[in-house]
Amino acid sequence: MQTSAELNQYKSHVRALNFYYGAFHALKNIDMALHANKITALIGPSGCGKSTFLRCFNRMHDLYPGNRYDGEIILHPDQVNILSHKVDPIEVRMRISMVFQKPNPFPKSIYENVAYGLRVRGIRQRAVLDEKVENALRNSALWDEVKDRMNDLAFNLSGGQQQRLCIARALATDPEILLFDEPTSALDPIATASIEELIADLKDKVTILIVTHNMQQAARVSDFTAYMYLGELIEFDETDTIFIKPKHKQTEDYITGRFG
Amino acid sequence: MNKTDELNELRRIIGLHKRWDLLFMITGIIALMIAILTFIALFAQMLIDGMPRLSWDFFTSFPSRRPESAGILSAWVGTTLVMLVTAATAVPLGVGAGVYLEEYAPKNIFTEILEINVTNLAGVPSIIYGLLALGLFVYQLGLGQSILSAGLALALLILPVVIVATREAIRSIPVAIREGAYALGATKWQTVYDHLLPYSSAGILTGIIIGLARAIGETAPIITIGALTFIAFLPPSPITEVFPYISFEWLTAPFTVMPIQMFNWVSRPEEAFQLNAAAAGLVLVVMTLTMNGLAIYLRYRMRKNIKW
Repeated sequence: MQTSAELNQYKSHVRALNFYYGAFHALKNIDMALHANKITALIGPSGCGKSTFLRCFNRMHDLYPGNRYDGEIILHPDQVNILSHKVDPIEVRMRISMVFQKPNPFPKSIYENVAYGLRVRGIRQRAVLDEKVENALRNSALWDEVKDRMNDLAFNLSGGQQQRLCIARALATDPEILLFDEPTSALDPIATASIEELIADLKDKVTILIVTHNMQQAARVSDFTAYMYLGELIEFDETDTIFIKPKHKQTEDYITGRFG
Repeated sequence: MNKTDELNELRRIIGLHKRWDLLFMITGIIALMIAILTFIALFAQMLIDGMPRLSWDFFTSFPSRRPESAGILSAWVGTTLVMLVTAATAVPLGVGAGVYLEEYAPKNIFTEILEINVTNLAGVPSIIYGLLALGLFVYQLGLGQSILSAGLALALLILPVVIVATREAIRSIPVAIREGAYALGATKWQTVYDHLLPYSSAGILTGIIIGLARAIGETAPIITIGALTFIAFLPPSPITEVFPYISFEWLTAPFTVMPIQMFNWVSRPEEAFQLNAAAAGLVLVVMTLTMNGLAIYLRYRMRKNIKW
């Protein structure tokens, strides 16, 4: 049993997590902690399993047949194992939100995009919806740009704005953890900078796990970094340690650009 | 050989090869012209023959023994009512089956066999559907040689078209949109109802219209069921003057449809009836082309509004 101080420090513990796409063993025996209200970055070369790992947190793999989890992802403070068969993946997704690689707004109005997660939860009162939508848009630094055009189609926004809209959509439901799957890989450098700034600001409100291809991005925004290779977690530590004096040769090689 | 000779040789070979380009282009144009000109000739002949017969009276008169006073009233009313039954049956069944196969069905050998068969159903000759309808709807279920039986038969006929169109329209929605909905905690039904159906509605509608455009010209299954060729009365009106103001008596009424009316006229020896057939054919072609045009327009609008 953990002490209460520990429980406050951690948002989640991953224990002996294995994941299989059919016969393919994609994640191998991963143990990791997710610190509460910190940003944890997952880095590693393509195909190392970082996105697969991220998508375990909201049981996205349940959408496709033949996928199998083994092990635990414990969510604090209620200590529920979200990978358990007894836990409904829909409940998990209501507690843990996700922002995707490419902005994926729905072809609906800006307002309806942000409100959708709330509607799914059965919230119908206009006043409640209005307030939560506004809050989410303020928190994703989009409110000033869209407050006069809430009924515009979301597709009319720029790529960076669309991604911030997707962040607002994920934030509107007050998630406990926010997952980012390479959120800036489809954006230009200016939009990327604004999204990074936003992510850094959000950690006061929510625990963040972010997958990134870009090591500078991990160094810039994250507090903790996990380096993965071929489905294994090679090294996990504070970001400064990982980038300044990693314990493993392999991590160092990847970070210094010698491979990957 | 020096450089110039080499280049000249190269040019000669390129010229030789390009002759095949030209040859194929000419063949292609000829092939295309045969298809298009045949249709134009047919349509033009029908236009010349039928146009003079087209008048308000032609649409408001029952068939008659005197060709000059015969009309297509019972035929177009019959066609409209049959299409109503077809659409009302094929749309919910087809869209429902399509959504189930695409979103709900587990991926196993049973579903796979089902999927292959749905696609194959589209290739079954229409008269087979007529036989099925005759045995099942007309006799077994006792629906008689009625509008209902005909509508149901045509609904079966176009069901595969609607199912395939629904599936393709849903499949063209990017995975990211679907995952976006699921990631917010939506259930399957919420994802289908709030996202997949609205975003694919134009594609589904296109499939429905193309299916109906096919059904409107079908003759074989309707004849098999036993539609009458000479009907000088209308089915009971769906709207009545007394409560509850709508009536479904028309469903069990005998009927005729446009292609059968045409068939009846064509088989008459008198020249004047041939002209009536041409005029009715013209109406039928315009109906079908309008429906196809609507389908193209909807597809165009969909592509313009939603860019994935």
